[in-house]
Amino acid sequence: MSDFRKPLNEQEFEKNFAPINPPMDQTQAMVESSRCLFCFDAPCIKACPTRIDIPLFIRQISTGNLTGSARTIYESNYFGNACGKVCPVDVLCEGACVFNHVNEKPIEIGRLQSHAATYVIENEIALFKPGELNKKRVAIIGAGPAGISCACELRRYGYEVDIYEAKNCPTGLTLHGVAPYKITNEEAVREAEFLQKQLGFVIKYNSPVSKYEQFKKLENEYDAIFIGIGLGETVSMNIKGEDLENCIGAVEYIEDVKIKKYLANSGRKVVVIGGGNTAMDAASEAARMGAERVWLSYRRSRADMPAYGFEYELAKKVCVEPLFNTMPVEILGNGMVEAIRLAPTEVVDGKVIVKKDEIFTIECDMVIKATGQEKQNVLLDIIDGFEFDANGKTIIDSESFRAVNTKYFIAGDVINGGSEIVNAVAEAVMAAEGIHKFLSKEMNQ
Amino acid sequence: MADLKINFAGIKSPNPFWLASGPPTNSGYQIMKAFDAGWGGAVWKTMGLPVVNSSSRYAGIDFGDTRMMGFSNIELISDRPLSHNLKELEEVKKYFPENPVIASLMVDTREEWHRVVKDAENAGADGLELNFGCPHGMCERGMGSAVGQEPDVLKLIVSWVMEVATKPVIVKLTPNVTDITDSAIAAKEGGGNAISLINTFQSIMGVDIDNFTPYPVVDGKGTNGGYCGPAVKPIALNMVRNCAQSPYIGLPVSGIGGVSNWRDAVEFILMGASTVQVCTAVMHYGFGIIRRLTSGLSDYMDSKGFANVSDMVGKALKNTVAWEDLNLNYNVIAEIDNKKCIGCMLCYAACEDGAHQAIGIGSNGSRVPFIIEENCVGCNLCSLVCPVEGCITMVESKSNTGFESWKDRTASGNIPKTFDDPLAGGLSHRVTEIEKALRKMK
Repeated sequence: MSDFRKPLNEQEFEKNFAPINPPMDQTQAMVESSRCLFCFDAPCIKACPTRIDIPLFIRQISTGNLTGSARTIYESNYFGNACGKVCPVDVLCEGACVFNHVNEKPIEIGRLQSHAATYVIENEIALFKPGELNKKRVAIIGAGPAGISCACELRRYGYEVDIYEAKNCPTGLTLHGVAPYKITNEEAVREAEFLQKQLGFVIKYNSPVSKYEQFKKLENEYDAIFIGIGLGETVSMNIKGEDLENCIGAVEYIEDVKIKKYLANSGRKVVVIGGGNTAMDAASEAARMGAERVWLSYRRSRADMPAYGFEYELAKKVCVEPLFNTMPVEILGNGMVEAIRLAPTEVVDGKVIVKKDEIFTIECDMVIKATGQEKQNVLLDIIDGFEFDANGKTIIDSESFRAVNTKYFIAGDVINGGSEIVNAVAEAVMAAEGIHKFLSKEMNQ
Repeated sequence: MADLKINFAGIKSPNPFWLASGPPTNSGYQIMKAFDAGWGGAVWKTMGLPVVNSSSRYAGIDFGDTRMMGFSNIELISDRPLSHNLKELEEVKKYFPENPVIASLMVDTREEWHRVVKDAENAGADGLELNFGCPHGMCERGMGSAVGQEPDVLKLIVSWVMEVATKPVIVKLTPNVTDITDSAIAAKEGGGNAISLINTFQSIMGVDIDNFTPYPVVDGKGTNGGYCGPAVKPIALNMVRNCAQSPYIGLPVSGIGGVSNWRDAVEFILMGASTVQVCTAVMHYGFGIIRRLTSGLSDYMDSKGFANVSDMVGKALKNTVAWEDLNLNYNVIAEIDNKKCIGCMLCYAACEDGAHQAIGIGSNGSRVPFIIEENCVGCNLCSLVCPVEGCITMVESKSNTGFESWKDRTASGNIPKTFDDPLAGGLSHRVTEIEKALRKMK
């Protein structure tokens, strides 16, 4: 049984989805920042994909220089606030903190980072200026962490940047794909607006780019094009009953909760399929939406589960019931989901064997598939010049993120298969440098 | 159980912890509350011609998240009428006959000194403390540290007091002098029975960098104040030691300056103090800290086998010598416990940039540094910056031989005499890999 009643209004929703890492006040930030040892060649920096100088920004907090602290953060990571809230810090910076070696609580780097970042956002303190216009134009497809980071970096070089975004708001999965108890929509959007106000890139909302002619048009109008479109829809499980109402993809479910909040569709008895971080989020959210029971079906064992330990703990805390070594066989129902048939599994030589004679049924009114997202190859394939390797990965230059022999650059989930916001930011900044080198060469010729 | 009772220049006290003259001893109410909590004695906030005080009055220095590592005030002596103070003093003595109450006094003329000494004694004061230390506000009026800084004037005023005093007289000294023993000797020559030190340091605590005003701010302006609190303890300890070691003084010393816990008190006593006075720590945490002070001192004395406080007074003085008497043949070398090391590499940064380039880091990605023994001069720095208890220790070198001090070496002519003398201690210290210092330039 989960502890949450179905939220019936905005307040109840906010209560059920209260932030797991609430903002620090000035006193907490002072106490926490004072604990930092200021390690030489600090391991936390190395553990951060964007290489933020963490001891520096912490020392800046403890010495009352919040603007300087935020500058240190944003110089390395344009999604400083989002990453402070959303990053899996246990396996990144905080996991590398030397305090872990003395069973001392690691420094709360994520919360400190958001503390400094929030300060400049709320006080509208500009950290950046756009570079002098260099008469080159870059189109960016997708206003997610990759697209916006790339835009910021390019604007500082002096490029004119237009972002084409399919949805009607910025930050991509930061807004649509991250659980509300990690970051709220308002927090995500405010950070994007904070950056846009200083750097002046254009975002064209409700402007999906998916057709051959559209790509051609962009190629004619812009000197380079950056693709940061993330991944596609949830992968199909290819079982019977998947088309029933209330059998939905986890990404779609999470987006629904994020946008519609307490009005989002949610079940009373929910089965989540999958063992990744998205499955954990979906299960946690279903519980917080007031489901009486939430099961988590994963085809391998706990030890094989790819989700981070702390994500699984979060789900367990809200009474999600694991069903390890089980696999969906069929979803039953008449128009709506009514039950799911699960088969126990066994892993033999790394392969999952289904025990068909031990299939059992769980009554439920919602099935959430967290079985991964589709690659974007169908879309990318229509672009002239895109090449794929034997595994279906776009062939790019690993330093510049340039798709070979094209004016396209591509980074983030779309190319790394689905990773953290911080990885998308790090890659996109490298791609922006790649674009700058590519176009500088052209300019000098 | 150790006996904490003391007899300080004839003043008996149930324990050596006295409240120093200051805001915590501003009223009879406070002193009774303190005695009730377990304080041994109290020095009444300095009485004299009543003053008028400013608002605000105090400022603190924080270190990281530690509040009030240093503290300062621009408050003057008691702003209450003398008769109110003395009436309350009398009352305190009725309730607490066993706890000494010392009257701190500061006036100007011989007649005034005679008057206040008599009044205080009549009210029941067990002793008198002459405030020759206050470094702000009062000194500009020719009192406080203005007296303490002029040994001849100090001696004269002490002698005025001794003309009428029947109770023990303690002379409170200012640290705002070049050599505090000059003041202490004057106190002795004037006839004083004991000395107490230190009073506060003249100071500017900090500056409001938004409004360009020193702290504490009084309506947009500030002035110099008196600095005290944990930060001043090391300076106070040295001054107590100087007075305790001087062959020309020989007076009981009441130690004051940043005493915040039992360990501080023990240190003052080992350096020659036979009572300690506390003010800032009480202003920070209240009178309740006395329980920690007395139990800490008592447990320490039991563990060391001291039956009485007087057994331990000055115990560290014989090991506190001049630099020229230190053994220069003695060497220690840093040792890192690899199992305890958490890899912060603070020792590396400190030694590499701030000391003697005697710590190396592994090339295999290991974050556990190692000591380069031939470069280690045994300075302690690495062990001081190490955040892990017992991880870096300073170990006696196996090659230590015999005792030879600078004095000995001077006597035998075994010291550097020319600028390029091969006897220079740092003869072998020269890092030749200049390119390692110039990473950015390359």
